[in-house]
Amino acid sequence: MSRGAILPASAIRAESPGLWMLAWRRLCRDRVGLTSLAAVALYCALMLASGAGLLAGDWSKEAGVSYAPPAFMGPDAAFPAVEVAHDAAAQPFTEETGIADPLAEVLTGIRKELAGASEPDSRATTLAFGGDKWGRDVLKKAVKGTETSMLVGIVAALLAVVLGTVFGAQAGYYGGRVDDFFNWLYSVFTSIPYLLLVLAIAAVLNQKGTLTVILILGLTGWTGIFRLVRAEYMKHKVREYVLAADAIGASGARRMFVHIFPNVSHVVLVQLSLHVVLFIKSEVILSFLGFGVGVDTVSWGSMLNEAQTELILGKWWQLVAATAAMAVLVTAFSLFTDALRDALDPQLK
Amino acid sequence: MKPYEDTAPLLCLRDLEVSFRIDAATTLRAVKGASFDIPSDSTVALVGESGSGKSVTALAILGLLPRENATVGAGSRIVYRGRNLLGMAPRELRALRGAGISMIFQEPMSSLNPVFTAGFQIAELLKQHLGLSARQARARVLELLREVGITEPEARIDAYPFQLSGGQQQRVMIAMAIACEPKLLIADEPTTALDVTVQQQILELIAGLQRKMRMSVLFITHDLDVVGEIADSVVVMRDGEVREQGATRQIFEAPRDGYTQALLACRPTLARRPGRLPVIDDFMKQPPVDLSRIPERRRGLHGDEEIVLEARHLAKSFYSREGLFGRKEFRAVKDVSFKLARGRTLGLVGESGSGKTTVGLTLMRLLDASCGEVLFDGRDLMTMPPREAMAYKRRIQIVFQNPYSSLNPRFTAGQILMEPMQIHSIGGGEEERRDAVYELLEKVGLPATSFYRYPHEFSGGQRQRIAIARCLTMQPDVLICDEPVSALDVSIQAQLLNLLQDLQDEYGMSYVFISHDLAVVRHMADQVMVMKDGEIVEIAGSDEIYSNPRHPYTRQLLSSMPRGWRPGAG
Repeated sequence: MSRGAILPASAIRAESPGLWMLAWRRLCRDRVGLTSLAAVALYCALMLASGAGLLAGDWSKEAGVSYAPPAFMGPDAAFPAVEVAHDAAAQPFTEETGIADPLAEVLTGIRKELAGASEPDSRATTLAFGGDKWGRDVLKKAVKGTETSMLVGIVAALLAVVLGTVFGAQAGYYGGRVDDFFNWLYSVFTSIPYLLLVLAIAAVLNQKGTLTVILILGLTGWTGIFRLVRAEYMKHKVREYVLAADAIGASGARRMFVHIFPNVSHVVLVQLSLHVVLFIKSEVILSFLGFGVGVDTVSWGSMLNEAQTELILGKWWQLVAATAAMAVLVTAFSLFTDALRDALDPQLK
Repeated sequence: MKPYEDTAPLLCLRDLEVSFRIDAATTLRAVKGASFDIPSDSTVALVGESGSGKSVTALAILGLLPRENATVGAGSRIVYRGRNLLGMAPRELRALRGAGISMIFQEPMSSLNPVFTAGFQIAELLKQHLGLSARQARARVLELLREVGITEPEARIDAYPFQLSGGQQQRVMIAMAIACEPKLLIADEPTTALDVTVQQQILELIAGLQRKMRMSVLFITHDLDVVGEIADSVVVMRDGEVREQGATRQIFEAPRDGYTQALLACRPTLARRPGRLPVIDDFMKQPPVDLSRIPERRRGLHGDEEIVLEARHLAKSFYSREGLFGRKEFRAVKDVSFKLARGRTLGLVGESGSGKTTVGLTLMRLLDASCGEVLFDGRDLMTMPPREAMAYKRRIQIVFQNPYSSLNPRFTAGQILMEPMQIHSIGGGEEERRDAVYELLEKVGLPATSFYRYPHEFSGGQRQRIAIARCLTMQPDVLICDEPVSALDVSIQAQLLNLLQDLQDEYGMSYVFISHDLAVVRHMADQVMVMKDGEIVEIAGSDEIYSNPRHPYTRQLLSSMPRGWRPGAG
């Protein structure tokens, strides 16, 4: 009779922390790591809420006057003058030219209709953290921008990590010609200047949008991960536990992904979070340069792009909102990555 | 009672307490009140298994304990020539290290800086501690290299560590340690990483230097046999406590402590072959077992045994690139032929680089043979297509040397043991396999709770038991044991050798037992092959080869085995 029959499995199953559990415990001891994890979690929650339409769903609504200042600064004194000038411009031009406008009646009708539509929610003179050129709430834009930027960062990083891991695993595990092929591919990708490569891919995809940015970043960003994963696989494939797996008859794919992968996954995880940060920054740069997300989407990059002209006019709030949101996330994410690396690599202890 | 007659010992250790803070809640007491003396001009052996606190003691003497988490007890004293080292300023201590007390480490390969030449590293020490000029230092380095027995020191002085063999590297380390003529030399397992023949030379070198330079040596080792010839007195430690200390003769001839007796008895010897090796527990209980009552096991072949596996002219070459298109052949195994009888053990002995592990891996098809055949059930395993070979794969299994790396750290013991059965569809279903695993765990002496535990929660010996159980899941006919006990402590070795023997008796498996340790092979094997540089130099019955070695290399191996204590020699 076997022991399993005598003892129920639950009785045998004493609490036994796996390596992941131990890593989590190490992470929990790291105060900075936990705080940054909380910040990252908050951002993720923000992203999900915004994605689900619970937050900032109406970010594109022109809620305030143009360049409405933040609420704590009070309304802009210059604003009514702008409005008056606008009204004056609306007057028919008959007096100057002496010719009656043939469309005057139609236009008046349209103007009345438009005025009737926008009159009830007359534009606010101040917004919580100011408004942009079209009077859109900067805070809502920042929240929506968080969604876009984080989505781009996370999905692109996932894509890059998957590519890098699969290529690296093949190259490192099989070696020989497979390795040569992937190294050749790697060299091609890394030999082209980064921005040029990005522009080339953007030109090939030939459309602007979030998906394009994700593809651009994902397809160009796998190279570093590839090198690391390849090196890890080369190191692990000669380890005795992999030989032992071979000895019990495990197939190549099984050895590669069931046996070795969990042992290099901490490297991959750290790379993933590093690349999220990297890609968030890259998206900002791309959008700033105008190769980023489309005009109908807002991201931190597109906000910063708008901010460069606004800053000359002294309208700083859009810049601050986008920069602060990004700085906090990037810092928290980087600190979290650091803590993660410490927790996952007990050799440092 | 004072253990030594010497009135003014060079170093007195009194009530040494060292503890390590693991985390906020746990502290590990590594050394618990150890006291012993090192008299001047003598060799003291500090013997203990892993975790006994012997290396920590050495580090405490040198003041090299990690500052972050190590604490030395308030009552501890380490008095060196009348001064307490524990109260010394770091600057003074640094001056003392190297000049007064120096140390040799276990791994010469990792203790030397690979990017500097051997001569440079020794000279640096001389310039720093003795203030010699570059020219003087070089002359002294040559002198030192000659002293530690390096042939052609003029050529070797500018060699990088990788250009030197393991033995030569350890000689360089010794040269560095004695460069400033220290009063006390601490040698922490200086020969453990080396081959037996080299080990013997290094031991002789250390003993010779000790006499010549009239210094004291603290020789740390896990192997009592090693120190029998060179130590004046022995200190035995276990779990941070000193179990016994005394003159070497007394320790070897009349050990008082049960643990010392166990250490001496559980190591296989060339003289006897007990049916079961005694283990520590046999000595710790009262009354201890009587060694002479354990029956001897008979080994050897009659010649009419059934042959399970036959290797014919097996060879394996590795190639390295040379030049643009050329490649250089390295013949790791050249023309190896042998027969393995059912239910018997074939020992395979050789030093590192002899190709014995390559033979094991090639038999398993973990490496492809360059030529030759391996007949199993009348079929040649080497030329079989991979799909067909799968069925045979489970019938030949291997236990690797290092239990710390042969188990996947991300799998539980249960997963590790279930996997081979899943791959080969052994057993009716998951339930049945699970029951089989519980049964095997019990068989190899592990509790059922091990099923859900991860490898890092087991000790080295327990991990090796899991590795053995993994092989047993496939009920193999042949088990290749590649140095299965070399990475383990002496007392754990005995337990595992007993386990392997019990399993062979029960399942009738044939073993290919690969080891560099002649005593272990004699204990386990019916037939012994001696390998050197990829070739089998001698193959004979186990009793015959030890009593009547024919090949000079076999004789050399046997003569360089540590002999332990020989009455009349000391």
